[in-house]
Amino acid sequence: MKIIRKTKLFLAQIITHIFLILFSIVTIYPVLWVFKMALSDSQNFRVSLNPVPESISFTNFSEVIFAKNMAGQYIFFYQLFNSVAVSFITTLLGVLLATTAAYAFSRFKFPLRRAGLMAFLVTQMFPGTMMMIPLYIIMDKLGLLNHLMGLALVYSTTSIPFCVWTLKGYFDTIPKELEESAMIDGAGRLKIFVKIILPLARPAIAVTALFSFMTAWNEFILAATFMNKETSYTLPVMLQHFVGAHNTEWGHFAAGAIIVALPVVILFYFLQKNLVSGLTAGSVKG
Amino acid sequence: MAEVILKDISKIYDNNKIVVNKVNLEIKGNEFVVIVGPSGCGKTTTLRMIAGLEEISEGELYINGKLVNDVPPKDRDIAMVFQNYALYPHMNVFENMAFGLRIRKFSEEEIKKRVSEAAKLLEIDQLLYRFPKQLSGGQRQRVAMGRAIVRNPAVFLFDEPLSNLDAKLRTQMRSELARLHKRIGATTIYVTHDQVEAMTLADKIVIMNNGFVQQIGPPLEIYNRPKNIFVAGFIGSPTMNFIDCKFKKEGERTFLKGENWSFELPSVYEPENSDVILGIRPENLFPVDPSSAIFRGTLEIREVLGSELYLYVNCGTFTICLRQEASHRFETGETIYLNFKPETIRLFNKGSGLRVNKKEEEKK
Repeated sequence: MKIIRKTKLFLAQIITHIFLILFSIVTIYPVLWVFKMALSDSQNFRVSLNPVPESISFTNFSEVIFAKNMAGQYIFFYQLFNSVAVSFITTLLGVLLATTAAYAFSRFKFPLRRAGLMAFLVTQMFPGTMMMIPLYIIMDKLGLLNHLMGLALVYSTTSIPFCVWTLKGYFDTIPKELEESAMIDGAGRLKIFVKIILPLARPAIAVTALFSFMTAWNEFILAATFMNKETSYTLPVMLQHFVGAHNTEWGHFAAGAIIVALPVVILFYFLQKNLVSGLTAGSVKG
Repeated sequence: MAEVILKDISKIYDNNKIVVNKVNLEIKGNEFVVIVGPSGCGKTTTLRMIAGLEEISEGELYINGKLVNDVPPKDRDIAMVFQNYALYPHMNVFENMAFGLRIRKFSEEEIKKRVSEAAKLLEIDQLLYRFPKQLSGGQRQRVAMGRAIVRNPAVFLFDEPLSNLDAKLRTQMRSELARLHKRIGATTIYVTHDQVEAMTLADKIVIMNNGFVQQIGPPLEIYNRPKNIFVAGFIGSPTMNFIDCKFKKEGERTFLKGENWSFELPSVYEPENSDVILGIRPENLFPVDPSSAIFRGTLEIREVLGSELYLYVNCGTFTICLRQEASHRFETGETIYLNFKPETIRLFNKGSGLRVNKKEEEKK
């Protein structure tokens, strides 16, 4: 009996692992291909099943990084700076506004509280491209076209609703007694928020920060619409320019994609512990 | 030596639901007052109004002679211990206890002194650098009390502080609380639904039900002279037996009559009308010979508690519980004859639920 149960268990494990390995390959295969293209020294799109690079050359990377425009400027560094700046401002604005707004939604009673929350949710249901034209007109009127600040503002408005909902859900799980206790201890609202709520909400804040950062870092359409100077592009827009009407620089494109993905990968790596506890936040009382 | 006075305090919610109804209470300095009642009786709301966590809808609240209705919690000179302890999870024990002092801008030296004193008193000085999640329930409870003590407040408020602990720890913490109060001697208001906590800890018990205060008094007075049927039934375990009966006057003599029993009252009572309820505590009933019995019935359930025995006797229209020493041998199904000490009975008006006083009691 015991042996039968053991073999059954063993078989089940083998089947599970076959599935897992299969899906891992499906996920990783395209990424390997991108690496292969980036590490080759040509711009061609060679159709081959083998994802292992045939040669290793970093020319594609250096050509992307040290590309110059007509005026002789190293445009990659301009674009890198733009992306970093926009992403950081978006994250900062997003977290700052979302934490305070979410706290209010979680703790205070005020007119239109539910309506406000619903409105936030509804804005998430429209595709970003739909708002492009009105946003373009607004940005134009405000003189914010081609401005990093303008782009950051637009990104913040799209990421804040999600952040508010996530954070509100987390704040709801923090027992009210903690605040009441602090209140009796002598703390005011602001002190309670800074000393009690924010430290406890760190996992949720990490998630929303990462989300805001990624929204800004990966966004392409709005950036391509609002920014029309090469030096004010963000990195995703730069990538798109390797794809031309007649020919595509696949090697540059792949190398650029890896460079753009790298910061997000690094961020994920450092925030992953927070991320998991942030996403499952509230499921179990700590 | 803070005094707390509640004058006609009410809490009315937006939907006109009255959860606390004109509560009047005077708490002297150093008194340990326990507010007790079933869940939803308004006891916690009353406590939260005293703390300032809940707005007072009507009435006046005085702490140390000062009207504090509109004073925020931090300026009321109170400390509160919550049911779930409400320790700050991201701070260690020392920081938890120091939090209130830091906000009040005490010097680092003074903070250290106060925290270590309180920690010694509560025997948690070994735990100062642990985090709440590393502590057991009892230890967390101590830290929560420590956090209240370091502030040296005029009034301590406790909101069911022991109900999250297991039975053994609860008994232990209960006696420790009593010891602590003796030592510190601050005015204390303690909310619980546990009548044992109320009886053992209180100088004065306040019994509430449905938002109304039912009775205020020292534990023994509440136990012996309950004002109404609710108080009589709430305090005492197992609960008092209540038997519907008729009050009959025959010349100078008065009787209580049930379906198949009758009993001559030893003192003079004047109930509102002839419908009354006889109340007898389980410890005042005892088995007797058939000849001197007042009630007879069949033993239905026998609960052995080790040192004592609860017997539930079915007397036809009602069931009686009596408490006996464990050495008594009774079998379920057996017929049991019962009598009681006449002076231990309590009589209640059936309509109003109020206790009917004996004549001589009224004169007092």
